[in-house]
Amino acid sequence: MNTATTANGHADPHGEGHYSGPLRWLTTTNHKDIGTMYLTFSLIMFFVGGAMILAVRAELFSPGLQLMQPEFFNQLIGVHALVMIFAALMPAATGFANWMLPLMIGAPDMALPRLNNWGFWLLPPAALLLTMPFFLALFGIGDGALATGWTFYAPLSVQGGMGVDFAILAVHILGISSIMGSINVIVTIFNMRAPGMTLMKMPLFAWGWLITAFLLLATLPVLAGAVTMLLTDRHFGTQFFDAAGGGDPILFQHLFWFFGHPEVYILLLPVWGLMPHVLATFSRKPTYGYKAQVYSFIVIGVLSLVVWAHHFFTAGLPVPALIYFMFSTMAISIPLAVLFFCWIATMWKGAMTFETPMLFAVGFIVLFGIAGLTGLILADVAADAQYHHSYFVVAHFHYALFAGGIMGVMTGVYYWLPKWTGHMYSEKLGKLHFWLTVVSFNLTFMPQFFLGLAGMPRRIPDYALQFAEFNAISTVGAMILGFSQLLFAWNIWSCIRGGEKAEPRVWEGAEGLEWELSSPPPHHSWEIQPVIK
Amino acid sequence: MRSIVLHSIAGGSSLASACLRRFQFLALAAGSLLPGAASAEYKFNFPEPVTPIARETLHIHNEFMLIITILFVVVFAIMIYSMIKHRKSVGHTPSTFTGPTSAMQWFWALVPFAILLFIDFVLMGIPAVQAIISMEDTKTRADMVLKVTGMQWKWQYEYPEAGVKFISTMSTPRAQIANAEAKGEHYLLEVDKPVVLPVGKKVRILLTSTDVIHTWWVPQFGVKRDAIPGFLRETWVLIEKPGIYRGQCAELCGKDHGFMPVVVHAVPEPEYLAWLEQQKAEAVASAGSADRAWSSEELIAEGKTVYDKVCVACHQAEGQGLPPVFPALAGSKIVSGPLLDMNGKIIPDSHVDRVFNGKPGTAMQAFRETLSDVELAAVITYERNSFGHKLGDMIQPAQIKALRQEAK
Repeated sequence: MNTATTANGHADPHGEGHYSGPLRWLTTTNHKDIGTMYLTFSLIMFFVGGAMILAVRAELFSPGLQLMQPEFFNQLIGVHALVMIFAALMPAATGFANWMLPLMIGAPDMALPRLNNWGFWLLPPAALLLTMPFFLALFGIGDGALATGWTFYAPLSVQGGMGVDFAILAVHILGISSIMGSINVIVTIFNMRAPGMTLMKMPLFAWGWLITAFLLLATLPVLAGAVTMLLTDRHFGTQFFDAAGGGDPILFQHLFWFFGHPEVYILLLPVWGLMPHVLATFSRKPTYGYKAQVYSFIVIGVLSLVVWAHHFFTAGLPVPALIYFMFSTMAISIPLAVLFFCWIATMWKGAMTFETPMLFAVGFIVLFGIAGLTGLILADVAADAQYHHSYFVVAHFHYALFAGGIMGVMTGVYYWLPKWTGHMYSEKLGKLHFWLTVVSFNLTFMPQFFLGLAGMPRRIPDYALQFAEFNAISTVGAMILGFSQLLFAWNIWSCIRGGEKAEPRVWEGAEGLEWELSSPPPHHSWEIQPVIK
Repeated sequence: MRSIVLHSIAGGSSLASACLRRFQFLALAAGSLLPGAASAEYKFNFPEPVTPIARETLHIHNEFMLIITILFVVVFAIMIYSMIKHRKSVGHTPSTFTGPTSAMQWFWALVPFAILLFIDFVLMGIPAVQAIISMEDTKTRADMVLKVTGMQWKWQYEYPEAGVKFISTMSTPRAQIANAEAKGEHYLLEVDKPVVLPVGKKVRILLTSTDVIHTWWVPQFGVKRDAIPGFLRETWVLIEKPGIYRGQCAELCGKDHGFMPVVVHAVPEPEYLAWLEQQKAEAVASAGSADRAWSSEELIAEGKTVYDKVCVACHQAEGQGLPPVFPALAGSKIVSGPLLDMNGKIIPDSHVDRVFNGKPGTAMQAFRETLSDVELAAVITYERNSFGHKLGDMIQPAQIKALRQEAK
């Protein structure tokens, strides 16, 4: 970068000085710009993944095949999951980290700004790779996207068409992007905290992200290895997952879930880090049990690495392994209960108000509570024989990842949107969005628990007649849920365009360095680091 | 079961029937509020258990559900109480505590975790360990063995002691799935040939697969186990009550994953033995018929039956396939190629080779293991004289038998 311009940076409202228009976004190294790009990308992909699953729910509205053939159905469910996890939820969390970590820890920017830019710009090509086979199939090239579910289980994925190869390459690129993001977060947190901010004085959001970053570094390479082995099994004659060549299909499941289980916590830890900030703000009371929460994050992070096989209890594991994985999984309930305890204790005897972020936070706690409790019984190997591969599991992980992950992200968006844009969003629309989301979410997924108990397997395009009512209800709920998210997008859009001016300390009870800055903060903030006493 | 009967009235594809189902749901919902409504229990919990494992599982599930409901209610009652009492709008002044301060507070803060530990590792943990041990004990006092082989998209059942083996495929007509016909009572959960098991006997079930991973699941048995290609997995059932039990494949296994039902007829032992004798007699007759010379018409007629059961899901009724994944047989150079070489041996990558040995890495499996001599000869002959192919040649079951012995 041109040194003259950098020195001159303040005079220019766009900071980088060189470019305007698209080139500015392509070349930016500013954490706020990159954060905005991550969040925008995430919102777009949220609608892409949502549209896919609305088509699936429409097909499942009544028995029989109405809208699509099973092959296409199988493509939609798997790509929906990959898009939502890798292109909607993870970039949203990285967007939060980019925007807020430097503001919260008093750093002028992320530690590695160019890496940051590259990390973001890897995402759009990866998303394109993931979805392109759908469009290629329209032109008669290939047979559509990945049709194995997001789990890529071999040998089905060895048998699959070129959609599998596209998905493997997309996962590689998304993985590289996430690893870059994680390295950046770790380096920033370890080196760029404001003087006096010890690790144990650091905001919990930073703690949540720090653990997430380490989990990503620990597990993504394993996923990359697993899908590479799959790629060589598919094209280069290796037989890692083929018993005929001395391989084992279950090896793939071990490798995949060694990544896949921590992935759940990778998606949730940033949200858990955010919750105490929101709850403390709107309860006007300091966070309860800061240290207990930090230690819980660490314990959950470590435990999440050693419980992976509970994702395939029915694969026929030896008895000692079943017992070990059951008890280690149940053990996670203890640090998780500590978090619930701290969240509620933070609210206890506060002076609460219920603006949209607080509503989402409370909704998150209740619904994520259902995810946690059903997760506890899923850990029970005997009962799991009934729940496994059924809609019970589908309902459970949507309570964890929609109510836990996505509603957590929405909490953060409403909480920080005035800080980012300098305008207040419409509280009325926000509340409407909350109530529509929470009611239709339950309408969608609560019946799926009962479907699972009654014996409906997941990932089937058509079902027996006794499952008809609950599926119809679930589809109605899903449609409302999907379309009410347009309110969310509209609210964000109007907030960017204008609205009531936001104060620097947007919320009455907000504490932390980010609220010391103007709303929106200057393009370059904390160039002189604050000193924490 | 009452609700299922209700459904059979509906079933068309029109909006009207969809509406009808909505009304049925309302009726059911109203019915479930009345005391003694049988459908309520069926809808909101596991179906009625008929094996010791399923009963154990239901018991664990009910107990666990009760515990987590209590936890949920207690925890969120506290939260909701706080949300009502500790509001700014009612003038509550916020406290400033950030953790337990007195010994008493520490005590009360730790009580919930002690309770949770007790629930996890004692209250639920001990019964779970016992259940696991009995679930995995497939060998002790097992009365018989059933081998289940998953294949895209059907199940093969084998009674190794009796030498009986057959394939069980979904019998729901495709027209019902396409909403062209009214749906039957057991839509998608019916097969052409159910597996028959005796009640009151411990059946050790061995599972494997010929292609991808499948999962054999009958909810009323409380048994769900993966069938993994190249490996044997096992489980067991002891059915306590005669009846027809339905389930389906539970692991995504490709295109027709949703159309791979499991139907088990549980009958009293004498009835089972009689059935088994009959199967054995049929197997002997079939093996004998492999040695006689078949006419082309006989083979083609038999071949069509086999094709419609085994091949049609991928290669389709008119042999048009579903390219590019599932190749067409109509116009296929492999089908129209030579049958065998001049010494009567298999030509690599020929029609017979494909059907016999499959094509690795694709859904085309080696049917050598799953079809009989007659079935193989019949289906190959049928394919060579259908879908526009008029090769006029045929292969005899006896030739298949010879090829099979050479392969060994």
